[in-house]
Amino acid sequence: MRRFKEFLIEKIILLNGFACILFVILIFFFLAKDGLTLFKTVSPWHFLFGTLWNPLAEPPQVGILPLFLGSLIVTLGATVISVPLGMACAIFIGEIAPRWIRELLKAGVELLAAIPSIVIGFIGMTMLGPIVKNLFHLPTGLTALTGSLALAFMAIPTIVSIMEDAISSVPRSYKEGSLALGATHWQTIHRVIIPAASSGIVAAVMLGIGRVIGETMAVMMLTGNASVLPKTILEPVRTMTATIAAEMGETVRGSEHYFALFALGLVLFVITFFINLAADAALHQKQK
Amino acid sequence: MSKIDIQNLDLFYGPFQALINVNLAIEEKMITALIGPSGCGKSTLLRCLNRMNDLIDGVKITGKVLIDGENIYENGTDLVMLRKKVGMVFQRPNPFPLSIFDNIAYGPRTHGNMNQAELEDIVEKSLRHVELWDILKDKLDYSALNLSLEQQQRLCIARLVAVTPDVMLMDEPCSALDPVATSKIEELMAELKKHYTILIVTHNMQQAARVSDRTGFMLLGKLMEYGETRQVFTTPKEIKTEEYITGRYG
Repeated sequence: MRRFKEFLIEKIILLNGFACILFVILIFFFLAKDGLTLFKTVSPWHFLFGTLWNPLAEPPQVGILPLFLGSLIVTLGATVISVPLGMACAIFIGEIAPRWIRELLKAGVELLAAIPSIVIGFIGMTMLGPIVKNLFHLPTGLTALTGSLALAFMAIPTIVSIMEDAISSVPRSYKEGSLALGATHWQTIHRVIIPAASSGIVAAVMLGIGRVIGETMAVMMLTGNASVLPKTILEPVRTMTATIAAEMGETVRGSEHYFALFALGLVLFVITFFINLAADAALHQKQK
Repeated sequence: MSKIDIQNLDLFYGPFQALINVNLAIEEKMITALIGPSGCGKSTLLRCLNRMNDLIDGVKITGKVLIDGENIYENGTDLVMLRKKVGMVFQRPNPFPLSIFDNIAYGPRTHGNMNQAELEDIVEKSLRHVELWDILKDKLDYSALNLSLEQQQRLCIARLVAVTPDVMLMDEPCSALDPVATSKIEELMAELKKHYTILIVTHNMQQAARVSDRTGFMLLGKLMEYGETRQVFTTPKEIKTEEYITGRYG
């Protein structure tokens, strides 16, 4: 009886494990099935590199280049802002801060992660937008930069907590060895601790980017949603995620527009998949 | 004058007193061994000499440690210069996760701007000093973590040699090594003695007897006995020392 129970529990756990993989595969196939249908009528080249997104025109224009570049510019902006900030914060928490400040900061960073993106979105809309507008004398404050700033805030908790883990798990003996050779604390941090934690640091950046590129709500509220080819970071752009969110509800099922949105989702899936893969590879690189 | 003169040294970890009124004079270019059962404070004493205990929260130290006549616990002591002069070899070999070359070049690079040729020269000399050059000269770009433990420990000593210290502190440098590697490191120490004042902490009494010129025996934070190694091991003055070296406890 006991053995049977053991057997049963083992199999249930196994089943649960496989279920996770199954869901991912099912989602992928569902996306691929509808997404790839688009290419019966539109060539992949026109889809990927077409510069006009106007799926309601006749015939529909479904070039995603402006949306892809929109996502890219917002993501790059957010990365440029969040990585140095997050890295400095992680180094401070992991290496420099006295214990009570460390605990306080860690709790603060976790709290930052708990803020719903919609809240960041409306704070960005009411506070950040006007600031950006007045600072750069723009006709509108809803630009790629505004989105980048808000997304940077959302990426920072991910970046800080993973980097801080990586920095804290550097063996104490490295630090002692360096200090005992007469290196200063800062020399020790940047010549020994950061190189030793580099794989975790790269993974943190990757996961931060992954978080940013998939974010929808805040960018939809903050970037102005104009599907034009962006020239500077101070113009309204529209990201891939925002496009799907905004248009999915209004599209006719089975239309070219509908399939185009699925294909867009497929592109997003592939991008985040490779980013996660890169992060994973970076994390496991150390163990070779 | 002694190279290192420790006077009335007390050390507290919070409420616990780990070193009790230690007085010890260490002679230049000799190997001084500190022995005693675990927890007696011998590593703590060693780490007082390059102020590594400063890294631990809640440590309080009173007394003086004079190195070449200067009290290193004076306000305004330059820790960088102190640690350049008083180097340390750790219990477990701790090469940095960098290449062999970068490990040796680490100290010289942190202490001044040197060109590549000077660095290469220092790396070669340091590796020759620990008899690793012939084995590793073609592998300088390899990660130091791939070396055997003995080679890693030699590398750590070479890394120290590269910053030209006066004093080497060795905290159980052979405890992670097998007997063959241990005897090789001991041979190296006899060679290093010509250039450096060496302090070694060891729980291995045979090792202390083999390599050292002076031996200090510590118990519960106190330095019980200190003298010539031969005298300490053959005719100890204290009954506790005799009991320890004859294996009555430890």
